[in-house]
This record gives sequence, structure tokens and C-alpha cells, in this order.
Amino acid sequence: MKKKVLTVDDSRTIRNMLLVTLNNAGFETIQAEDGIEGLEVLEDCNPDVIVTDINMPRLDGFGFIEGVRRNEKYRAIPILVLTTESDAEKKNRARQAGATGWIVKPFDPTKLIDAIERVTA
Amino acid sequence: MDMNEIKEIFFQECEEQLAELESGLLRLNDGDRDPETVNAVFRAVHSIKGGAGAFGLDDLVSFAHVFETTLDCVRSNKLEPTQEVLKVMLKSADVLADLTNCARDGGSVDEARSKQLIRELEALAHGTPLPGASEAPAAKPAPAKAAPAKPAAPAPVAAAPNDQGFVPVAFSFDDFGDEAEAEPAPMPTFEISFKPNADLYRKGNEATLLLRDLSRLGEMSILCDMDSLPPLEAMNPEDAYFFWKISLRTDKGEDAIRSVFEFAEWDCELEVAELAEGEQSVAVDGEAPMQAVPFDLSILDDEQEHPLGVVEEEEQIAAGEREAAANALETASNVLNLASAAAKAAEAKQAPASAANAASAQQAAAAGQTIRVDLDRVDRLINLVGELVINQAMLSQSVIENDTNGTSSINMGLEELQQLTREIQDSVMAIRAQPVKPVFQRMARTVREIADITGKSVRLITEGENTEVDKTVIDKLAEPLTHMIRNAVDHGLEMPEKRVALGKNPEGTVRLTAKHRSGRIIIELADDGAGINRERVRQKAIDNDLIAADANLSDEEIDNLIFHAGFSTAEKVSDLSGRGVGMDVVKRSIQALGGRINISSKPGQGSVFTMSLPLTLAVLDGMVVTVASQTLVVPLTAIVETLQPDAASIHSFGATQRLISIRNSFCPLVDVGRILNFRATQANPVEGVALLVESEGGGQRALMVDAIQGQRQVVIKSLEANYTHVPGIAAATILGDGRVALILDVDAVVAASRGQPLKLESALAAVG
Repeated sequence: MKKKVLTVDDSRTIRNMLLVTLNNAGFETIQAEDGIEGLEVLEDCNPDVIVTDINMPRLDGFGFIEGVRRNEKYRAIPILVLTTESDAEKKNRARQAGATGWIVKPFDPTKLIDAIERVTA
Repeated sequence: MDMNEIKEIFFQECEEQLAELESGLLRLNDGDRDPETVNAVFRAVHSIKGGAGAFGLDDLVSFAHVFETTLDCVRSNKLEPTQEVLKVMLKSADVLADLTNCARDGGSVDEARSKQLIRELEALAHGTPLPGASEAPAAKPAPAKAAPAKPAAPAPVAAAPNDQGFVPVAFSFDDFGDEAEAEPAPMPTFEISFKPNADLYRKGNEATLLLRDLSRLGEMSILCDMDSLPPLEAMNPEDAYFFWKISLRTDKGEDAIRSVFEFAEWDCELEVAELAEGEQSVAVDGEAPMQAVPFDLSILDDEQEHPLGVVEEEEQIAAGEREAAANALETASNVLNLASAAAKAAEAKQAPASAANAASAQQAAAAGQTIRVDLDRVDRLINLVGELVINQAMLSQSVIENDTNGTSSINMGLEELQQLTREIQDSVMAIRAQPVKPVFQRMARTVREIADITGKSVRLITEGENTEVDKTVIDKLAEPLTHMIRNAVDHGLEMPEKRVALGKNPEGTVRLTAKHRSGRIIIELADDGAGINRERVRQKAIDNDLIAADANLSDEEIDNLIFHAGFSTAEKVSDLSGRGVGMDVVKRSIQALGGRINISSKPGQGSVFTMSLPLTLAVLDGMVVTVASQTLVVPLTAIVETLQPDAASIHSFGATQRLISIRNSFCPLVDVGRILNFRATQANPVEGVALLVESEGGGQRALMVDAIQGQRQVVIKSLEANYTHVPGIAAATILGDGRVALILDVDAVVAASRGQPLKLESALAAVG
């Protein structure tokens, strides 16, 4: 079975890059544009792993991760955070919110897939 | 989708983000202190940087990075967004736009300028008096987050586990790191002790997966320590009870081992030690004898994996949810467990607030739902609807001709069809309608630049940015508007010292307004400068032979002289507005859009330019008239009034000219049929109808036509695209009876009546 990835990013560019990269790597990809939409689609799409940006309108990555962790069903789902640079403060906050790991942007496809492989069975 | 397409998307997105950036900065400039405004500005730059990084656009990335850093200072209240700060930021936004364009289209940017701004931005970011603004960012959020947890759990213990959970703990590189790297032993064995705490699972990490990754590094054996596993009834399913001792033979080195735990290192106790040659693997180091169980990783291969001690916990997480808080208190002695309780309490506290946020944001989402459609598709649709309108009109007409009593049900159906068609047309037109905001925003930059160059201080106020108009109109509006703004600042506004001397605010104001009025969009550009210097304009016009030295002109007529070709009032042609483009070009571009432009000016108080433009270029409200048995359409917007001349009001003037007297003033009478060469001699004015039209220069002309057929909305069909340009004719349309009717170019006809004959390349009588 294909692994399902939910990506949450407000940038069309990044969304498309994620889509191409993940599809090429054989993942099924569902995309949301911000934290609110991410939480909305979460229920239906039942992903295996989530990749989320931090800076987003409406609901940022921290809020989104907290929202996912509050959800009974997704409390233990792996969540990877896209950060632009290895910003210690952001990483720290993301971890406090419940992020599993992070991917440093600009991501290269191998790094992204590696990170996903690493947190999923 | 390939990378090039994504890149294209990136640049589109950049444009949107740049607009967002600029409008946000301008809002801040106006005193808006909404944190969301700052966030949006920050996000815009952040997004551009993120995308640019993916495409290796290094110049863009490095500039955006500096910009972002400074914006982050504003976001975190370390830097007050004063006017001075915002001035630098607005300039930076301009440079960012230049860099983006440059990345897309090639070319070069003003490097000195961007370097200068980088320095200014950095100075802003570092020049903050707050200590530690640039360093120790990691330490800051931890206490802030820990705070809400305190009231929920026993105070003294609560903070401690939280710290333990989140801050790197209990291992040191110094002890063995150097040693490990220094000795390139062929296949060293490492002993790893891995004690996850509950937070590791809470964050979606998986001890089993970490062990799996570890096993990929080399030859591995694992022992699982289940000593801490309490009896079932005392077990907290949320907690971590299993620890592992691993012995790994690998040549990948300690760094590789640690990098496996990259995501987990804060939520576990990890010790990695390289065993000395011959030392016994899995040493039991003086603790209580370990009840070690071999741990088999092959469970991971199973589809429905149940790794002992890991998934078991997860499965019970749901069941234990309710009692979690109580459980946590019971096991208060367990430091690790308390960490989970504190986290949970903090989560619970934040829940209502976030939910409220979510609700309000959801509303915002519903309002802003959009799709992106290729413009070609919309245009094709508009074209088709145009055909539909014509077709429907033809159908109606033929039914009416064949059904004289007009009672048949076909007639009723047709009426409904007509109404529907009109609604479809309006809706389709609305798709092309766009707010004028992007153009207005571009003007802000123009104002900034010209203010800088002229040394004037200018404030641009925009109103009605959300007024919508056809996209084509918007696209073609930018150029004339830019020129007018330059003129307003360069020629209109006085230097600050002079303004002070005149008792004015040293900062000049340029006001750009858009609004809808009777089916057109009105764009007004007002400045509070010196106004038109009529003496000088008049003198200049005389010097240029535009008017006779003794011409008697009203103030309005003098003001409108500036729209004449080659007219420039600035004594010195300045660098800015004097690029060989005069107001005449502005006027022509506005007219090409079916619009009109007027100026009104008060000496010492400023000038107001008013542009009136059609909302769409695809349809036009026209008056259908007959001229020499041809059907013509006159754009309704050009017509001031219509009247039936009587013999007494017609006066001859010279050999061929005639005037009509309307309310005690004389207006030249122009026979459209004669001008277009439909007939050889002038028609008798008394037998026709005069259309009073407004023409270039503010003067009026009476256009003579034979009869008025009616008024209707017509779909514009370009003659240029389908045939060739015909002087005096703006375009064509197809009427309900299927005949082609030409749309009159009023200004060209008026110009021709002034003695600039139309060059007719083809016999118009052949058309129609």
C-alpha cells in the first residue's frame, strides 16, 4: 500500500515541489494550504505522516501540530516540520508543540524522503 | 509538472507576495499595529526566500534573509516600526521586487543600492537597545511555554520535568567524541544506551524505528531493559518503561549513530561510547542486575507490526486518556511521567484559545476561496457569450418579424432567454473584473522613487482600491497613471521649503481614488501642489502656435491645453516626467481604453485629474443611429445630449462650416455622413438629429446624423483583428438583424472636422 503524506504549506511553489517529489517517490500526497485546512482535511485523509511548514496564515505550524496532537486519533502520527534554516528556536518550539522531526528548506528530494522514511514504519 | 513550471508558479507567487508585502508595509506606515499585519509581511518575505532557495536564486535568498531577520525583530517587538524603519523596509521591498524580476527575466539590479539596504537593514536589526536580541533565541521560548503548565501540576516539580523533557540533557561530546574520531579503527564497536521518555512517543517518534535505523548502520545486538515495567494495574499507558542497551559494530562513526537520534535526542537519555579493544560488549555497569531481554527487530517487517513495549503503549493511549491526569499525579514521583502531565495540562489550557482562533480563521477562509483560471479560457468564454448575445438578438428579431400578434409561447420563452443571456453576460464580465489595487500599489513605489529623486516629501493616499474593473483596463492603466503621478509630484508639488513658506504642510499629498459611477470607473488623482500655472501654460501654447496670441480661452480650456501634443510646462525638462512623454500620450492611452480625462485646477491648491473609464472593453452601451442609410453606433459615453435643430439655430460660418446655437453658445456642426464620405454634400441639419459630444480639449461638437434608431448594449468586435483599421471607426458590432454596424470613433471624427481629414483607405459604403 502506498504511504499517505499530508503536506501543509501556504506557498504554492513549495506545495508543488512537495507534490512532485513525493509522487515521484511513490507516496500518495494530500495537500493543505494552512493549519486550519490541514486540520480540516486530516480527518478524512488519514495520513501516515504529516509534513508542515511553520509560517502560515490563519493557523501556523505550531498551532497546527498542537491541533493534531490534541486529536485522539493522530496523537502519535509522525509530523515533520519544514524550516527554512536550522533555526534552533523554531525547532525547539516545534518540538514543544509535538513535532517529530524537521527538514531544512530548501529541501532536496533525498533529504525529504529520508526524513519521511525515518519516522514511518 | 516539471521544475520549470514550478518556477513559473514561484514567480507568480512572488508577485502576489510582493504586493502583500507592500500593502502590509503601507498599512504599518499608516499606524496599523495589528500583529497579523506584521506576520503577513514577514510571511511574504519568508515565502519568497523559501522558494528562491529551492531554485538556487542566491541573490534573492540572501537579500530576503536579511530583510526577514529585520522583520522578525519587528514581529517580536524588538524593533519599533517607526516611519524611519518603514522607509527602509519599503525601499527594501522595492529592491526585493527588482531582484525577483531580475531572477525571472535576467538583467541586473542596482547592486550598490541593494548592498546599501542590506547594511541599513542589518543596522536596524542589530541597533536595538534590547540586550540579547540577536543571541540566545533558543532559551527564550522555553520559560514562556513552561509557565502555563505550573498551575496544573505541583509547582516545584512541574517546571523541572518540562525542562528535562525539552532541553538537551545528560551527555557530553567531550568525554568520548574526540577519541572516537581520532581512532579510525577498522570496525569499532559502540555501546549505546537509549532511554526514551514519554515525550518521545508523544511527538510521534518511535523507539522501534530508531532501532531499525540504527541496525542499518552495521551489525547490532539489542537488549531490552524491562525493569521499570510496573505491574499492569499500576502501569500508565502514556509512559515509557523500556530502555535499550545496544551494541553496534559499525565503521560509520559516532556521528552517524547520533544522527539517527537527531529527532529524538531531547526526549531520551542517550549514551554512546566506543568500546575499547577487547572490552566486553553490553557491560553491566554497577547498577542493579539488569533483566535483559533480547529484542527482535524483525517485528517491523510484519504488516501489522506490534513491537513489544512500543505499540502496546500506543494502543492503550486512547483508553488511558481520561485517567491520564490522575495517573500522572499518582506517579508524581516519576519524573518522566510528570513531564507528560505538565505537557498535557499545558495542552488543555491552550485548547480553548486555539479553538476560538480556528473558528474565526475558518470564516476568513470561506470569504477568500478562489481558483486560478487561465485568462485565455475566460476570454474564450466571454467571446462565446458575446456570440450568444448576438444570436439571441437575431433570434428574437426574426421571431418578432414572423409572429405579428406576439402571443405565442415562443415569445415568452424568448424574453426569458434574453434575460438569462444578459445575466450570463454580466456574470462572465464579472470574472474578468479585478480590483485596481495592484496598480495602485505600484504607484506607491513610483511616488517613493520620485520623492527621493526630487527631494520632495510626499504622502500617497489611496482610496477605493477594491473597486473592480476589467483586467485589460487595469493592465493598460498602469502606464498613464505612472506618468501622471510623476507629473503630479515633479511639477505639481512644491519643494518642502516653499510649501512651508506658503503655510502648507511640508509633506505634499497625492490622493489616488477609484470609484464606480454610472457604469464606469472614475479614477481621480489629486495633488495639493501649486496647481496649473495658467499664465505659463497660455504663454507656452502661444509660443508653440497652439493658440492665437489673442485667443479668448476659459480657465478650463487653458488647463486642458496641457493635453496637447508636445506640450511641456516644466521649464527644465527634468529627468523624470520629461522622458519625451507628455500628457497628450496619457490622454491618448486613456482614450484608447474608451475613457476620458479631465483636469481641474485651483492655483495654489493643486490639481485634480479625473479619468472616466469603461468597466469592460468587451461590451459598450451605444446609440444606434442612421447616417446616409448606414447604421452606426455612437458610444453613449461620448454623448452629452441629443437635440433636433431648428432652422433658426443653424448659422453658416465661412464657406462650408456651420454652427448651431445651443443655449446662447455656438457649437460647430459636424455632418458625420460627410466626414466619413458616405455622401458628397452636407445633409440638411433640420432633417436630422444633432448629437452633442464632448471632445478633446473640453470643447463640444454637434454631430449630425439622420436619425436615431435606439439605444442598446453591443458586443465590440475589433475591426483591426478581423479586417483593418478604418479611420473614424473604432470597431464594429453585429446587430440583432445580423447586420454589421460600425462603431464611431467620436474623437477621430471631431479631429477630422477640425481640418485633419480622415484618410479613407476603403469605401465604407461597401460595409454593411
